[in-house]
Amino acid sequence: MTLTAPLPPEVEESSPAPTDAEPVGVRRGGWFVHIVIIVVVALWLIPTLGVLITSFRPEQLADTTGWWTALAHPFRSGEWTIENYKLALDAGGFENAFLNSLAVTIPSTVIPITIAAFAAYAFSWMEFRGRYVLFVLIVGLLVVPLQMALIPILRLYADGAHIGTLQFIPDLDLNGTLLGVWLAHTAFGLPLAVYLLRNYIGALPSSIIESAKIDGADHFTIFWRLVVPLSVPALAAFAIFQFLWVWNDLLVAYIFLGGTRDTQVLTLALQKLLGSRGENWHLLTSAAFITMLLPLLVFFSLQRYFVRGLTAGAVKG
Amino acid sequence: MAIDTEEPTAPAEPVDEEPGGSTARVATTIGLRTVAVVAGVIVAIVALGQAFDFMRDKDANRFLVIAVALAVGVGGIFVLFWAMDRAVNLLPQDVSERVRPYVYVGPALVILGVFLVYPVINTIVLSFKDKTGSSFVGLDNYNFVFTDPSMLRSIRNSMLWIVLVPLCAVSIGLIFATLADRLRRGEAVAKSLIFLPMAISFVGASVVWRLIYSYRPQGFGSNVGLLNGIKLGLGQDPVAWLSQRPWNNLLLIVVMIWIQTGFAMIVLSAAIKSIPDDIVEAARIDGASELQVFRHITVPSVLPTIVVVTTYMIINAIKVFDIVFVMGGNAESNQVEVIAERMVKWFFLSNNDGRGAAIAVVLFLAVIPVMIWNVRQFRQQEALR
Repeated sequence: MTLTAPLPPEVEESSPAPTDAEPVGVRRGGWFVHIVIIVVVALWLIPTLGVLITSFRPEQLADTTGWWTALAHPFRSGEWTIENYKLALDAGGFENAFLNSLAVTIPSTVIPITIAAFAAYAFSWMEFRGRYVLFVLIVGLLVVPLQMALIPILRLYADGAHIGTLQFIPDLDLNGTLLGVWLAHTAFGLPLAVYLLRNYIGALPSSIIESAKIDGADHFTIFWRLVVPLSVPALAAFAIFQFLWVWNDLLVAYIFLGGTRDTQVLTLALQKLLGSRGENWHLLTSAAFITMLLPLLVFFSLQRYFVRGLTAGAVKG
Repeated sequence: MAIDTEEPTAPAEPVDEEPGGSTARVATTIGLRTVAVVAGVIVAIVALGQAFDFMRDKDANRFLVIAVALAVGVGGIFVLFWAMDRAVNLLPQDVSERVRPYVYVGPALVILGVFLVYPVINTIVLSFKDKTGSSFVGLDNYNFVFTDPSMLRSIRNSMLWIVLVPLCAVSIGLIFATLADRLRRGEAVAKSLIFLPMAISFVGASVVWRLIYSYRPQGFGSNVGLLNGIKLGLGQDPVAWLSQRPWNNLLLIVVMIWIQTGFAMIVLSAAIKSIPDDIVEAARIDGASELQVFRHITVPSVLPTIVVVTTYMIINAIKVFDIVFVMGGNAESNQVEVIAERMVKWFFLSNNDGRGAAIAVVLFLAVIPVMIWNVRQFRQQEALR
């Protein structure tokens, strides 16, 4: 977290108000703008608000009255409770699932970033045959629907791969292991990671790289000491993206890790709860909020990197 | 981070050879280094192997397993790259510089080859086989895809998703970003709140929206869903929203729009902010109305971004699965099937690999025109510049 990149489209996203002096002729928002913004924000917020409120209401009330009725008398005794959260953590097995989600998500975020950063560096600053073709090929893989890859990978994990009787990939025996999930998530995240990071790393000023080379730095040093610190916004942007995606994923974890109580991740625990107790709103809503907690935290603490990193390559218009 | 301390030794290597002294000494140093690196790699592999066995051990303490998993997953991959880089340094200089790029790109290529390219080929082959994948059946599976009424409905519904999700999410996002740009204060807060659903899982979003669409028939408790609350407030009978064909499709699409608008908005907002102020000012001084500025300056300026975002949304809409799977109830009787959901259904619930694979191939083919359109748009814009 040392440098912020001195990079082309310096888009200050998170500044609350434009810091520069108001240019003549700029019309700031009138009542129309404010009303539209407030209405849209309210529409977007109401669904989540309903879940948040319901999660703190006692079972009996949550089951018989709509959550909006709580707003009518918010200070009545017995209107609020945190029992639902205790119940969800213990009975729902959400504590264990939370740990599993962490164990799946953190490596599944770090591994593709590391692999993609090295690849993006090579695509940007190293000369080799097939550079262009390989890059286009990787980006082309963005369109492969991940559902398409699940069955073959599942078979690969169990039996390896054959052409006729010739086995060219050995039995990996990875079904139900964390490594199996990490590798799958890594592969599904890699095309986007390589694409985004190549856009950013390729846009770094070549003078910096060249002068480092003249000073005798080898590629590994340039990459680790120079390119990685300069690319923090792009790395963070992809990290957020991948983190949210893996944390929120249901399908991949279910298929490769399995659905037992020991191995299930948060989304799966929630999905099971939906199936078995689909109308127990007090439990469902508190459970749903437990699954949202970490992604919301990550998002709000890192969001300023998000836009800068994501748009560095794309917006140059 | 023991890596840092060893860093400076690397560039020193060529210096060894320069004095031109005894070649034997050079050979010994190279030999020793080779042994050291090879030993290091072997130790790393053995340690990783031990760690993996440990992680598979069902009886081990879960906290410990997860701690080991994190250490291996986070640290292991970096050490691997570092070791490979050192290994390349041992080669003669001209060879090593030619090999090094492939060492950097290699892991990405290997993983993509095994986990994406191989499965695509495998799926295409499977799609011509029967349900256990043992014998070829020609085009039977594709025949099923384009004749089965449920499949045809899923194609129709997916079309609806592909059109409506990008259209609504991008237009709402664009308008919101333009308007939020005018706010004196609170812009960041307003944008964060719209973006918030992006951080919520599809399953979480399903809970959120089920609470809105919730319906209980008479005698099964009171209706706590928001929409039925409004209905009751107006003195009307509650409605089983998610079984109202064909409108239930739209109700599910709304969920996706709710999730994706924030992404469109935040990327478009960045693009809007990069429009040079003087262009907009000049137009205003010339008497252009705000609507004209929007139509003739804002939209054309951010068009490349709109193309990128729309492509992303279309691909996501084609692949949508979780929302329908979790919220749609019985997809067939509610007639809310979509292509990806059908694929999972045939693959995993009906265990018909051939049909599942054929649907997957159709899904894949559906994405290709989108990519071609995307590339064309870019070429045109390049040409205009």
